[in-house]
Amino acid sequence: MFPVEAILFVMLIITAFAVVRQTNLFAAAMLTGLFSLLSAGLFTLMDAVDVAFTEASVGAGISTILILGTLALTAKEENQQPFRLLPLVVVLITGGALLIGTVDMPAYGDFGAVTNHRIAPDYIAGTASEFEHIPNVVTTVLGSYRGYDTLGETGVIFTASLGVMALLGGRRRRRPADGAPDDSMDDTTGDPADDAAEDSSEDPVTGGPEDAA
Amino acid sequence: MFWIATVGILITMVLALARALKGPTVFDRILAVNMFGTATVLLICVAGFQMGMQTTAGEVIADSRPEFVDMALVYALVNFVGVIAVLKFVRFGSLGHDDRRADQQDQTGHQDPTGQQDPRGPG
Repeated sequence: MFPVEAILFVMLIITAFAVVRQTNLFAAAMLTGLFSLLSAGLFTLMDAVDVAFTEASVGAGISTILILGTLALTAKEENQQPFRLLPLVVVLITGGALLIGTVDMPAYGDFGAVTNHRIAPDYIAGTASEFEHIPNVVTTVLGSYRGYDTLGETGVIFTASLGVMALLGGRRRRRPADGAPDDSMDDTTGDPADDAAEDSSEDPVTGGPEDAA
Repeated sequence: MFWIATVGILITMVLALARALKGPTVFDRILAVNMFGTATVLLICVAGFQMGMQTTAGEVIADSRPEFVDMALVYALVNFVGVIAVLKFVRFGSLGHDDRRADQQDQTGHQDPTGQQDPRGPG
């Protein structure tokens, strides 16, 4: 079989080292999104479609945007740190422990693994017999077998989003009050300039890349 | 037949990755990541038509997985929205910007938040 996964893994490693070595933080953010796309492709090829979907939407979508939003508030370039031994040792030990932990795991796609013999066949058979109206096994497990668990998770996410909205909504309501002095300052700097800016919304200098695109 | 398509997509991915690593300007990197996302979408589509579905007994119950195409469509949407957000960041310097303030910024001069010399320069 053609080693598609191997090539994707090599690209993943190259991207990871590039993210670490890159000092321009914008480029590092872009490479992080690329890393997530690579991981999502790998997950899809390993038939973990739902994990891949989460990886693509969270990793390549929202977290890249969050990193960019952080970049708008912080520096553009990373400060060069002197080489220190202790963090390298900690990282190597942690990575080694994780690698040792994978030794016990069954091989990928192993039909003889314990998890493929104890519970999974029951769920698959139950999906076929008890829940005929739900065609997908994952949906059955999440929505029916573990329905209350999923309900609790949804409640947690709802509470978290309520908290975020309480934090952000308060600031948004205050913003027009902040903007009011700005408006008065805009008026005092000169109305003709403002009118000109509003008339020619497309600056000929800065409009270059949009024309090219 | 699908192997040829896979090889072509992988070559495209390698080239896009090289451009994202080298990329002298900001727009090179953005375009490279966008291109890479498109290549991922195509790879998922092709993989869906390559992968079979087997039962635990090893019996083949489906030759291909055409539902991967639906997922690839959603990937394309995520890719598109992400690139729009990144371009907005590059253009205005922040994501939650005010339109009036952005016009004022354009008037005074384009602020480049990415630390590169001139993103619209040659090359």
